[in-house]
Amino acid sequence: MTDLLDILANPAFWVAVLRIATPLILGTLGVLLCERAGVLNLGIEGIMVAGAFTGWLAVYAGAPLWAGVAVAALTGMVFGLLHAFLTVGLALSQHVSGLGITLLATALSYFGYRVSFPKVNTPPTITPFAPMEWLPMPILNAQTALTLFALLLVPAIGWVLYRTPLGLALRMVGENPQAAESQGVSVAATRTGAIVAGSALMGVAGSFLTLSAFNAFFFNMVNGRGWICVALVVFASWRPGKALLGALLFAFFDALQLRLQQSGDAVLPYQIYLMLPYLLSILALVLVARKASYPQALMKPYRKGER
Amino acid sequence: MRLERRHETSRAALVLAPVGAVAFTMAVSALLVLWAGAPVGRTYALLLQGGFGSVFAWSETLTRAIPLILTGLAATVAFKARLFNIGAEGQLFAGALAAVAVGGMHGGTGFELAPWVLFPLMMLAATVAGALLLLGPALMKNKLGVDEVVTTLLINFIVLLGVSALLDGPMKDPAAMGWPQSVSLQSDLELGKLVAQTRVHTGLLWAVSLAVMVWAIFKYTVLGFDIRAMGANARAAAFAGVPVTRTVVMVALLSGALAGLAGAIEVAGRTSYVTLDMSPGYGYTGIVIAMLAGLHPLGVIAAGVFVAGVLVGADTMSRAVGVPTYIADVIVAASLIAVLVATLLTQYRVRMK
Repeated sequence: MTDLLDILANPAFWVAVLRIATPLILGTLGVLLCERAGVLNLGIEGIMVAGAFTGWLAVYAGAPLWAGVAVAALTGMVFGLLHAFLTVGLALSQHVSGLGITLLATALSYFGYRVSFPKVNTPPTITPFAPMEWLPMPILNAQTALTLFALLLVPAIGWVLYRTPLGLALRMVGENPQAAESQGVSVAATRTGAIVAGSALMGVAGSFLTLSAFNAFFFNMVNGRGWICVALVVFASWRPGKALLGALLFAFFDALQLRLQQSGDAVLPYQIYLMLPYLLSILALVLVARKASYPQALMKPYRKGER
Repeated sequence: MRLERRHETSRAALVLAPVGAVAFTMAVSALLVLWAGAPVGRTYALLLQGGFGSVFAWSETLTRAIPLILTGLAATVAFKARLFNIGAEGQLFAGALAAVAVGGMHGGTGFELAPWVLFPLMMLAATVAGALLLLGPALMKNKLGVDEVVTTLLINFIVLLGVSALLDGPMKDPAAMGWPQSVSLQSDLELGKLVAQTRVHTGLLWAVSLAVMVWAIFKYTVLGFDIRAMGANARAAAFAGVPVTRTVVMVALLSGALAGLAGAIEVAGRTSYVTLDMSPGYGYTGIVIAMLAGLHPLGVIAAGVFVAGVLVGADTMSRAVGVPTYIADVIVAASLIAVLVATLLTQYRVRMK
């Protein structure tokens, strides 16, 4: 018990929480944008891998760090466009299209990595983002600018969704596309825009792993984080503020299991601790399921003139 | 851009769509071969030769096809009813583990059973393990409205960690020199070889018969009718008196059981023990195979053999010309997307305005 208190009293623990939360915040906001417009995007897992890879590759090739982030965002946008073409343009199954994109983006990234570095065993490294030591705030000054960006994005997206005509159009398209169309809102254009923007965030979420949390690209480094973001959006009832809360809560337990694992007196096999985040996600899904207010048109393809 | 439903779709178009889509994918993937600095023609020739060019290649391809056909069938059954089972990977491991638990753990306990009793028990344990793993998510979807894609995906991670814990602990083979590897199956429970001197085992007959069985269920049974009705329109099916919950449960049990069997048959036919890398994502590839086959159980056999050939051929090709084996995964994933589009074009025509 004192162990637990020791862990919680240590600022390094909270630094870790915020660091673990960052890609989850970015990814969850990305999924949220897509789903608010009525489109499930299961491409996130692969888009994160691709963002992690291309962002890192750009920096390795000599680009500045922020250019690497931009490249990751661009990568996300390309896969987002593909998802939009398949699900909005052709009205194909959103589940299957997303899974296909995850498989494709992952395979392409691994292929690209192997072509670029055929013979290396230790992954080549870059100099990642430095912590913002100049910030006069504890915990936050141990984070990098990408974390600050993720935190600021939460109110920004909340503002766009609830306070701007664009946000209204986006929510309407996700709730009732027929009504939106009759108000002169283009369902196809709005959904495509939301998917592309959301996928850009997923790409950035991936780049955080290679450009900030670590300094190299590893196979399996995304390791299910994307799927957890999909679960977090449900947990957050599609609200940006709650998404932040969910990501932090989740990261809290993840950081805690890491510490408990390291504290040496762990009674259980370490795998049990590693399961916790996934069990927690499922539990969250079940708990929120009953009162979850899905965007009404989520996963329903919209074809003009068809019902 | 606008889609218009076609009045009729020819049978030829339905068969040609996946073939054309795969050909298109191979053509586009040639760019990746060029990126890797290899000659396209030779690379593809080696790929085909490595997968299908000799008796040995065929034996390796068919060996690889066995788990793929089974996970492909698992996906087919579930997807046909619009139960998106993405958990075949976890179900496969659960089945493999159950098989070893029954067929490898009883030695020295004084509890000895004849192989002809033990073998069916082992296969039964695997089907039950796989089926139970999918039952939870299916019921959560049906009763609570929890999206089954996310739950089955997350369960894959949980199962793999569980397998890892068991292979470090209670199920670890003490003779494995510290490798996380389960105890081996009793040798009299292993499946026989189909062709001497190769690795193809009688699991292939299991896979093919199960494909025929699933096809027969779809075509001739009430359950098959209910599954198809639910897949077409769940609400209409419920209205027409299809017992939705019962059908969901049956689909979950059948789909999970097939994936569980995939694990048991891998253990009994190929590895004889469980390791964490016994499946390089067969569960996920099964989804692609089901799609390539247009959710047709007999098509799954062809799609499974094709994908297995590409994966096996990529190994040979990679050794010869140095193009990373991941190109096989790119081709498989891109084929999935291309087939989706091609199949849509058989049902709709695209009008530009």
